[in-house]
Amino acid sequence: MNIGVDTTRCCGAGQCVLIAPDVFDQREEDGIVELLDATPGEALHPAVREAAAVCPGAAITVREPS
Amino acid sequence: MTPRQEQTVRLPLTGDSPLEAPAAWETLRSGCPVATAELPSGDTAAYLTRYADVKNVLADPRFARPAATDPGAARVAPDGAGGPAADADGSVAIPDRGEGHQRWRRRVGKYFTAKRMTALRPGMTAMAESLVDAMVERGGPADLKASLGFPLPVFVICEILGVPAEHRERFSHWSDAFLNVTRFTAEQTRTAQAEFTRYMEAHVAAVRADPGDDLLGMLVRDGGAEEDGGPSDEELAATGMGLLVAGHETTANMIGKMTALLLADRSRWERLVADPALVRTAVDEALRFDANSGFGIRRYLTEDIEIDGRPLPSGTTVVCAMPAANRDERMFPDAASMDLTRSPNPHLAFGAGPHACLGQALARTELQVALEVLLRRLPTLRLAVPAGELHRLEGLLVGGLREVPVVWEESAA
Repeated sequence: MNIGVDTTRCCGAGQCVLIAPDVFDQREEDGIVELLDATPGEALHPAVREAAAVCPGAAITVREPS
Repeated sequence: MTPRQEQTVRLPLTGDSPLEAPAAWETLRSGCPVATAELPSGDTAAYLTRYADVKNVLADPRFARPAATDPGAARVAPDGAGGPAADADGSVAIPDRGEGHQRWRRRVGKYFTAKRMTALRPGMTAMAESLVDAMVERGGPADLKASLGFPLPVFVICEILGVPAEHRERFSHWSDAFLNVTRFTAEQTRTAQAEFTRYMEAHVAAVRADPGDDLLGMLVRDGGAEEDGGPSDEELAATGMGLLVAGHETTANMIGKMTALLLADRSRWERLVADPALVRTAVDEALRFDANSGFGIRRYLTEDIEIDGRPLPSGTTVVCAMPAANRDERMFPDAASMDLTRSPNPHLAFGAGPHACLGQALARTELQVALEVLLRRLPTLRLAVPAGELHRLEGLLVGGLREVPVVWEESAA
């Protein structure tokens, strides 16, 4: 799994941090998303998929290995 | 494919009971996804009910809430009786479009991070516990909304603004007056605004003299004096007003509606008592399922667009019916059922895109805390009246229940 974030689309809702705090954080200066781990282990995949699905800015993209 | 019909609906649409969805939503979603709606002001707007359409318009950075200066923009209520939340008049000094909006949002947004809201959690839990304790002491039946729903969010907002506890009652009243379309006259709304402005002027001066750890203190410390590019007094006061308008009555009502929804079918409540780990998904499902959250969010089109084959010219006001979108079967399997484990749950209760609710991490935390405390302290809680006898609140932009009468087993409390 490979994760990308688009900081220009992020609206700082913090949903991703609540759902997958090991993968996402919010920048101290403006609350915008910060990617901690672009290739997290399998145990975190369900949380990452949920975070991407509920992101109100559609700022998270998840590429799954085919 | 179902033939598309032109339909005009009068807002707000209401269900048979306040917890039920209006039947018209399903009819509109399947047959007329871009309907014409008449608002309480008599003005008309395009009315969207499908998930994809609502989300696309909300997330479109080109469009914002109508301003008083937008030619032909649909007003919510006549004669400015809707208050600042309905009018978006010039007294609200927060930029709501473009780069100015984004700059303000990021300045304030840094306060509302998920982590900071998590840090506020123990304080919120203590407030919720003492409110529930006071309710139990007074004895049942009690109105859960007045006992917990209404005070908790305004206490939290006062804390965030650095307002002392003894002024919380005044803030409650102002907040009520700002949002009420019919219960307060335009004159009363203006009086409340004037009192609030006076209060905030003094409060902002005190914050500038000695900035604390609260939101306003942070904005002053980060931005410096106005002449150095920092926030103006008006901006700081408007930020306080914005928090009340956006965050008090909405959350207060949602605490009431969430509890009512969970108690209306008591197997839901029992499931959460048995498994409190479901609180997180249950809160978001209550947000999705809430059919009574007001009629939606307006967007003013500054360009011609087309939605579902219907051309909408520049100058059109669009009403995005988020609660209708949240029950769209195209997006949510078994949308008409409340599923406390639903995940993912990309509901639109907080909007989407650049104007998505700034305080959603705060609101979620408050709702989770309120529910956790109720489940722990009052597992025997039930509605004191049949769910069909709950009454919808009249006159607010923000939908809610007038009261949420509850009882519990005294010995178990």
